[in-house]
Amino acid sequence: MRTSERPAAPARSLPLTLRLNGRDATFTIEPEVTLLDLLRERGGLTGTKKGCDRGQCGACTVLVNGRRTLSCLALALAHAGDAITTIEGLADGDRLHPVQAAFVEHDALQCGFCTPGQILSAVGVIAEGRARTDDEIREAMSGNLCRCGAYPNIVAAVAAAREALR
Amino acid sequence: MRAFEYVVADSPAAARALARESGDARFYAGGTTLVDLMKSDVERPGRVIDISRLPLTAIELRGDVLRIGALARNSDVAYDPAVARRFPAVSEALLSGASGQIRNAATIGGNLLQRTRCTYFRETRWRCNKREPGSGCDALDGFNRGHAILGTSDSCIATYPGDLAVALCALSANVIVEGDAGERTVALDELYVLPGDRPERENTLAAGELITGIELRAEPLYEHSHYLKIRDRASYEFALASVACAIELEGGRIARARLALGGVATVPWRAREAEDLLAGSPPGDAAYRRAADAALAGARTRAHNGYKVELAKRAIVRALRTACGGAA
Ligand SMILES: Cc1cc2nc3c(=O)[nH]c(=O)nc-3n(C[C@H](O)[C@H](O)[C@H](O)COP(=O)(O)OP(=O)(O)OC[C@H]3O[C@@H](n4cnc5c(N)ncnc54)[C@H](O)[C@@H]3O)c2cc1C
Ligand code: SF4
Ligand code: FES
Ligand code: FES
Repeated sequence: MRTSERPAAPARSLPLTLRLNGRDATFTIEPEVTLLDLLRERGGLTGTKKGCDRGQCGACTVLVNGRRTLSCLALALAHAGDAITTIEGLADGDRLHPVQAAFVEHDALQCGFCTPGQILSAVGVIAEGRARTDDEIREAMSGNLCRCGAYPNIVAAVAAAREALR
Repeated sequence: MRAFEYVVADSPAAARALARESGDARFYAGGTTLVDLMKSDVERPGRVIDISRLPLTAIELRGDVLRIGALARNSDVAYDPAVARRFPAVSEALLSGASGQIRNAATIGGNLLQRTRCTYFRETRWRCNKREPGSGCDALDGFNRGHAILGTSDSCIATYPGDLAVALCALSANVIVEGDAGERTVALDELYVLPGDRPERENTLAAGELITGIELRAEPLYEHSHYLKIRDRASYEFALASVACAIELEGGRIARARLALGGVATVPWRAREAEDLLAGSPPGDAAYRRAADAALAGARTRAHNGYKVELAKRAIVRALRTACGGAA
């Protein structure tokens, strides 16, 4: 990314409060900060991954007010007041979220880089009620690429988690 | 990303005023096109006006007219029961686009105004008349496998990438626009303009005009509409060719047909000649193929996109078969 050729406007940083994994968090940020960079670089939540930074891989998937979305294409300031859930916010203490547990149980990963995005996307898909068959799962999860090709086990994990969450 | 000023609009009028005040503002709806292109330095707004919370999200069927707010999210529109039942092609087109995550953020207005995926447009080291008027076009003699074969010019052969607009084009939707002179209604196929020698101008919106919604008139014909998308992989990919169509049968013949193409043209492409050929014919592959030939008659290919002619024709035949099956 290039530095600006435009003279900086006055008072560029703005205050932002949102709910991060159930807690209010306040920042002062420049408008250019994406939700992904806010989480990783200001919020200390590096579980959300930066793959392509262009909307093409799904590694940065988080829940915004319960709906899965990409954090790399969102400006953080546009999410004032929203409830953001990242991979760090899913487990209940030491008890894994059913989707996390299903990913472990079904060995639905290899290197693990895509996994936080896969898991948040799966939580969203199951909540949407669009994971009724394996084919539906494949289609609904197509926004999450896995370079290790763990797809068959990911589908199995999502199907199992759907049953566990019934 | 270059520095910019961020402001929030709390009403459509405020959004327009904020745009008027600044010479180089952009609206931020879902951000999924805008932020992407700002990261690539293709979009360089001095001011970003956040319209994402404007109360323009309703999806309402009033009498025969379905009105969808410009800020309604793609996923909410796709799964809306009235949309899915009365205008299945619209629902299918939306669900064929992008991914679940992107559809949750993307809005109807932003979707209509998404920019081309031409690689030479998206990377500033190439020459591109659309991005920098008069600089040349590196796609003409470059790798143009994904580029358009209909509606092109010697200045630009970029494909209009969206799915939704193709379905809306076939179903004669209107776009509602709010400007300084109040509200106006534009037929969807008059929203977009052919590249000609000014490919930087993609639509007929004036600076600062805001899309507030779209309107679709429910017709029995549209209940049998269908959207078919052909692409390099099964999902999460743009169209190489796509077809939106609707058919009405009467006494064993096609009474009326609607046909539009995506992935092959510089704008959402209504194939009216093909529609006229279909009307009055008995349904069947012979009629579909004749319509397909007519729809592609004006195609102009480059080094790597010649395959799109036959691909589009076969897609038309297949889509019409499906639509006719539904209408029988
Ligand atoms: C990886 C990827 C894959 C994709 N695949 C597909 C696909 O297969 N099919 C498809 O159709 N699309 C696809 N898309 C594009 C996606 O659908 C669009 O980015 C999205 O619909 C844009 O909506 P938005 O609300 O995010 O727009 P924004 O990015 O917020 O806005 C886009 C443009 O429209 C302007 N704008 C927005 N709303 C208004 C308004 N109400 N009035 C006036 N101007 C406005 C903005 O100023 C901006 O210039 C893909 C995108 C990505 C990143
Ligand atoms: S085809 Fe159009 S968008 Fe692509 S490089 Fe040429 S002028 Fe630019
Ligand atoms: S990092 Fe957001 S989609 Fe790849
Ligand atoms: S586990 Fe390696 S990318 Fe998916």
